[in-house]
Amino acid sequence: MSDEAHDAVGDYRFGFHDPENATIRFDKGLSEQVVRDISALKDEPEWMTELRVKAYNHFIERPMPDWGNCHSLNQINFDNVTYFLRSSDATKNDWDDVPEDIKNTFNRLGIPEAEQKWLGGVTAQYESEAVYHSIREDLEEQGVLFLDMDSGLKKFPEIVKQYFGTVVPHTDNKFSALNTAVWSGGSFIYVPKGVHVEMPVQAYFRINAKNMGQFERTLIIADEDSSIHYVEGCTAPTYSTDSLHSAVVELIAMKGAKIRYSTIQNWSANVFNLVTKRGVAHERATIEWVDGNIGSKLTMKYPSVLLKGEGAHAEVISVAYAGKGQHQDAGAKVHHLAPNTTSNILSKSISKNGGRSSYRGMLQVTPKSDGCRSKIVCDALMLDSESRSDTYPTMEVGNPTADLEHEASVSKVSGDQLFYLMSRGFTEEQAMGLIVNGFFEPFTRELPMEYAVELNKLLELEMEGSIG
Amino acid sequence: MEGVDEILRIENLHVSVDETPIIKGLSLTIHQGEIHVIMGRNGAGKSTLASVLMGHPAYVITEGSIFYLGQPLEELTVFERARAGMFLSFQYPVVIPGVQVGTFLKKSVQSVRDEPIKGRAFRKELNEAMKTLDMEKSVLSRYVNDGFSGGEKKRLEILQMLMLNPKLALLDETDSGLDIDALRIVAKGINQVAPQAGCLIITHYQRLLDHVKPTYVHVMIDGQILMTGGPELALELEEKGYDWIDVVPEA
Repeated sequence: MSDEAHDAVGDYRFGFHDPENATIRFDKGLSEQVVRDISALKDEPEWMTELRVKAYNHFIERPMPDWGNCHSLNQINFDNVTYFLRSSDATKNDWDDVPEDIKNTFNRLGIPEAEQKWLGGVTAQYESEAVYHSIREDLEEQGVLFLDMDSGLKKFPEIVKQYFGTVVPHTDNKFSALNTAVWSGGSFIYVPKGVHVEMPVQAYFRINAKNMGQFERTLIIADEDSSIHYVEGCTAPTYSTDSLHSAVVELIAMKGAKIRYSTIQNWSANVFNLVTKRGVAHERATIEWVDGNIGSKLTMKYPSVLLKGEGAHAEVISVAYAGKGQHQDAGAKVHHLAPNTTSNILSKSISKNGGRSSYRGMLQVTPKSDGCRSKIVCDALMLDSESRSDTYPTMEVGNPTADLEHEASVSKVSGDQLFYLMSRGFTEEQAMGLIVNGFFEPFTRELPMEYAVELNKLLELEMEGSIG
Repeated sequence: MEGVDEILRIENLHVSVDETPIIKGLSLTIHQGEIHVIMGRNGAGKSTLASVLMGHPAYVITEGSIFYLGQPLEELTVFERARAGMFLSFQYPVVIPGVQVGTFLKKSVQSVRDEPIKGRAFRKELNEAMKTLDMEKSVLSRYVNDGFSGGEKKRLEILQMLMLNPKLALLDETDSGLDIDALRIVAKGINQVAPQAGCLIITHYQRLLDHVKPTYVHVMIDGQILMTGGPELALELEEKGYDWIDVVPEA
């Protein structure tokens, strides 16, 4: 997004008016009663109500993290957040209120108008129900359960009860406690034994606004020897009047199963994006996080994998782009808990216009994990001298047989690269766009094609007008 | 060469880098179809000339002027020069990590031609050019100059030149470090572009001239052209070196 667009996001925030016609809308602020009301409204089983309340109490007691960007975190005013809004009523904004710059960005990304309106928060539902249905039918035939989390709890309470909160307990951190207390929306997926979901499950998220909630909760269970690729989010800027987004994602890959979870998030610049994502990989299972963070004011997100079974594998590929006034504090955590487990972490970040990106990583090797291997590569690219990049790697190695590699680099765009590209007909902005796209390429190539194309276009737009 | 289009005219050019004068009063005119070869010792200012013509920001013109197709060149930025038909084959082509050669070529051709290019026609053109240069198709999916050998880099430069089809081709030591086969292939590329363009070839070696027939050979010493001759001058330089020219009084 250009600077102008950034500015526009600010205006945009105030351009919205509260939906007068929302039938169910809680007042701002949180209390045990609000938590109980949310649960009652959803007609949840008692165990979930009690879990929410327990989580709420933990949230209240738990201090704010004393690491990361504390200064920004302490700016969050929890009393000024609306914790529940029926999603069908949540987004009744006027398309005319959406600033021209943002509409232009949508157009230049080639996003269809119906989807633009959804992204702009104008419609709750992207008008492609037919697409969604056909995908869902395909999955149903294979016995795959694929519902929004609220429906998942209603229809399959036993499965949800068995796994919910087992990977990310509410006591994990302040924001997982908050999410557990007030969660709404998100996805529930169960892939039966031996089933391979061939197509990335992605359209769903682009068409169903329920999942764009502030406190979405996703649970994916891949049973033995099954596989699924799940895609969340999209590259287009997602405009939100809610300034706090705190999701929890739990993945469970049983013996021999494989889950890939791809995310691209581009929140508007007013958003705190504080997400806990963690997966458990059992024997020979693989969990892959492909995680792209472009927007927001502050993102703190460290997709994690617990390698619990022998021979399990973790892959975390992440990119972060920090523009003006943004801080991307992202990274990865891998815990080697069993023998012969392997992990690869690749983190790439770009800072521009005074933006800050931090890599924060944790690699744990326990005494049980004989013969484990891990490779961590962190590359940072800074596009100007006002920007900032930091690396905070932590390694706890409790087994001498571990084979570990860690490489880190910080680079700047060289004048020679720019001159070379400009001598081939590219403007300075185009040259920057090409270099930036190239830098992110190891990430982009992991994405489904249309996401890759959009991401490249978006980054090119980001580079426009960025250089004096 | 009367009646032939003038491509480039350099008049009394003075160029400095970090306030150190490198080029000290150089004049040269290139017409369409001419191949000019500049030879000289290291540090004579040959590469500086190529860079300043392409618009490298580190080089400052302190005196004199350059006209490209009759227009003052100074008014054009680097990419405008490229779009106006100037091409520089780099002595040290840079690596652009993560950018595939195929994508890069397509985007480059697109911006220079300033028109949308048709996929099929472009691929056909690219295939032909690659065939001429005896290049493997697998090059297209590699990253620009990443892990390329010296010879592969130079061949990619020539491929770009063929695709961009320049009016003025500047080749900065394109022949350095090439084996005989690669040299022949590079020469083939130059000969294909030469008739419709003006060519300025910077080289240390006569051997390229076994395959490319120069119109003029210039000797550059200490920022000036001190001698100009035909192809035979290159042979003479190869044999005798440059010392005998130093004593020739300035023209």
